[in-house]
Amino acid sequence: MGDCNDTLKELETFLDGELTPAALADIRSHLGHCPECLEAFDFHAELKAVIAVKCQNDELPAGLLARIEQCFQTDLDADGRIG
Amino acid sequence: MVAPMAERAAFAAEAMQYAPQLYSAALRMTRNQADAEDLVQETYLRGFRSFHTFEQGTNLRAWLFRILTNAYINRYRAKQRRPIESDLGEIEDLYLYRRLGGMEAAAASLSAEDQFLDMFTDDEVKQALEDLPENFRLPVILADVEGFSYKEIAEMLDIPIGTVMSRLHRGRKAMQKALYDFAHERGLAGQGAGRSEADGTGHG
Repeated sequence: MGDCNDTLKELETFLDGELTPAALADIRSHLGHCPECLEAFDFHAELKAVIAVKCQNDELPAGLLARIEQCFQTDLDADGRIG
Repeated sequence: MVAPMAERAAFAAEAMQYAPQLYSAALRMTRNQADAEDLVQETYLRGFRSFHTFEQGTNLRAWLFRILTNAYINRYRAKQRRPIESDLGEIEDLYLYRRLGGMEAAAASLSAEDQFLDMFTDDEVKQALEDLPENFRLPVILADVEGFSYKEIAEMLDIPIGTVMSRLHRGRKAMQKALYDFAHERGLAGQGAGRSEADGTGHG
C-alpha cells in the first residue's frame, strides 16, 4: 500500500493501462480513500481524453480516398508506380 | 497472379476504414496538409504491396500505423544527417494540474456535465502537440491520440520501452506547459484565477 507520492508516480502507467494487476490493485485501493490523488488522476484522465478527441477530428481532404483507390487500381493494372 | 490480386482487393476493403485516423496522425506528424496526404497515400500503397506479409488475425490498425510511422521517419529523417534528438527544458511534474486543478474542481462542482478541459480549442490542443520536438511528438501521438501500448510504440519507433515511457513523460509535461500558456494568454489562468472559487484544499 503506497503513499501519495508512490501513487502519483504511477499516474501515467495507470492511465496508459500498463500496470500489473497487483500494482493496479494498490493504486485503486489508495484512490479509494484519498480524494486528493483521485482528483489528480481524474484531471489527467480527462486531459488524455480531451487530447485524443481534439487531435483526431480532422476532415479528410476531398479526393484523398479516391486518389488512394486510384493508386491501388493503377498498381493492379500495371507494374504500379505511384500516381 | 490471382491470389495476390484477391489479397490486395481484401486489403482495400479492410484498410480504408482507418484513413481518417491515419490522416489525423499524419497531420500531427508532418504539420502540413500536403505532406500528410502524401504520407497517407504512401502508407496505403506500401500496405497494399506488402499485404502478403500481414499476419491475418493480428491487428491491422497497428500494422498500418507502423507503416505510417516508418514512412514518416524514412521520409523526413532522410533529409537530416542524423536524427535530431531535441531536448526539453525541465518542467515540473503535474504542471497543468498544479495550475488549473483548483479551477477544474470548482467548475466540476458547478456543472457535472461539461468537461472543464474542453475550454481548450481544438487548434490549441493540436498546436501544443505539434510544437513538441519530433522525438517526443511521435510517442505522444501514438499513445495519447491513438491509444497504442508501450510495447507497440517501442516496436514502431524501434526504441526500448523505458525510452518510450520517459519520452511520454517529458513530452506530456511540455504539452501541458504549452496548454497552460494558451490558457494564460486568454486570461483564463494565472494570477490565481479560479482560486477564489476553488475549495481551498490547497491542491494546486
